[in-house]
Amino acid sequence: MSDATRAVEAIWRIESARIVGALARFTGDFALAEDAAQEALAEALVSWPEHGRPANPTGWLMTTAKRRAIDTIRRAGVQREKYAAIAHDQDEAYDDDVDVERIDDDILALMFVSCHPVLSKEARVALTLRVVGGLSSEEIARAFLVPVATIQARITRAKKTIAAAQVPFEAPPPDERRERLPGVLSVLYLIFTEGSTATSGDELIRTDLAREARRLTRVLIGVLPEEPEAYGLLALMELTASRFPARIDASGDPILLEDQDRTRWDRGAIKRGMAALEQATPRGLGPYGLQAAIAGTHAVAESVEQTDWERIIVLYEALGRIAPNPIVDLNRAVAVAMAHGPLPALELVDRLADDKRLDHTHLLPTVRGELLRRLGRSAEARKELERAAEMCTNDRERVVLRQKIAELT
Amino acid sequence: MPKYMLIWRTIDEEKQNAAMADIPFEQMLETMGKLNDELIKSGVVLAMEGLDPEEHTVVTYADGEQPVVTDGPYGETKELFGGFYLLSVASKQEAVEWAKRLTYFPGSAVEVRRVPTIDEFPQDNPWIQKELEWRTKNGQL
Repeated sequence: MSDATRAVEAIWRIESARIVGALARFTGDFALAEDAAQEALAEALVSWPEHGRPANPTGWLMTTAKRRAIDTIRRAGVQREKYAAIAHDQDEAYDDDVDVERIDDDILALMFVSCHPVLSKEARVALTLRVVGGLSSEEIARAFLVPVATIQARITRAKKTIAAAQVPFEAPPPDERRERLPGVLSVLYLIFTEGSTATSGDELIRTDLAREARRLTRVLIGVLPEEPEAYGLLALMELTASRFPARIDASGDPILLEDQDRTRWDRGAIKRGMAALEQATPRGLGPYGLQAAIAGTHAVAESVEQTDWERIIVLYEALGRIAPNPIVDLNRAVAVAMAHGPLPALELVDRLADDKRLDHTHLLPTVRGELLRRLGRSAEARKELERAAEMCTNDRERVVLRQKIAELT
Repeated sequence: MPKYMLIWRTIDEEKQNAAMADIPFEQMLETMGKLNDELIKSGVVLAMEGLDPEEHTVVTYADGEQPVVTDGPYGETKELFGGFYLLSVASKQEAVEWAKRLTYFPGSAVEVRRVPTIDEFPQDNPWIQKELEWRTKNGQL
């Protein structure tokens, strides 16, 4: 890749949300805006390396995208009023003094449309990364370990779905916004978790994706600064990411929290996480805020022994009440084991074993096997850990499980 | 997760002073404020600080056995460090693009430097270990 090409991509990362947002506002047509913006990007990738970069790259991209949008509308020969709205300022020089509030509104609308409930989870993720994050289909495909064509098809289908459902290009009004915000946050969290733990394959951390998720959450907070759960989510991401430098060993195998070298934790990320957590508290913590508080309790502890496990148990209880989930209960059992020993924890886990929702994951047998091991019940522990290793889809986690089995006496 | 530091420098003091003399202070704040806002809203800023101008600067430099202490900026080099941004971006090129936007006063320059992580230093070195311990207790950017 040439420097000129890299420069186009870098500018695109910085500007794409603004450009697509402004175009979607002009045309009222999200799909058309996205297509036109992509055409402008493709033209820049050909033209800039050849003819040099324009004096005002953003203006160039915006003007070119507008022209492509007009061409499309003209070709379609319909929607005259749309054409009138956008053609009228097509030759105006790009205005550097763009109205900040209008840009904020555009970006907020872009986020809500990309995360609209009419779309599948996969489509929301792909669309958000593409239009808000400015990632190419190739980059998204690489991050999610799927073919480029799959991502392209996903985005095309998503745009059709939005058009068919006549989703307006606007952020929902405040009352509806509160209802839909969790949907937006969950997309950002999905991007982060995909980046922090690959669900398959041999790469445990795809830090680029986790970094992008944090950036997008900061973008959201920039345009929606009064939402505690957005800060809770950012706090959770920062605090989770603070452990990345300590999470894998030299051979790439995962290191469990208790064995991590805490001097490697990213203190900058911890500070940012704790600062965000403070912003998340005014009306009581939501699900992300509570998870962040748990991560924060780990982050400030000097060692496993000095961790405030009682506090973690209480936080998991609170989390289980507002967002019931068997994984939360399983984590609470782990905290109970740390605070009160393996026996009371095993009782909790055995009660959970009846929950069918845990049938698909290796986590229950992993935890149960570990508790049995600590109780000295090796044969039972072996059985559980072997089951966990069979169910585990992450190669690196499986290595750790196999090692535990080998160490059983 | 690449981190880059964008360092603001004055490379031609006369030119910069002349340029700044023509710009009303309010307008300067507006220009910088808008850019800072843009950076913040792009979600890439980890930290940023500006520094006092040269009249508050003291320099100690190595020239012989004892350090020499002088007032004012760097004598010969005339490269006053004016402030910095610490950014988390996807690539060096992206850091460069932001640097270009921050280069708006004639006579000034913005230097783009990658911030290495402590992992990149020899881990068995006792000084590195000491630094790690300090970072653990006190934090870092």
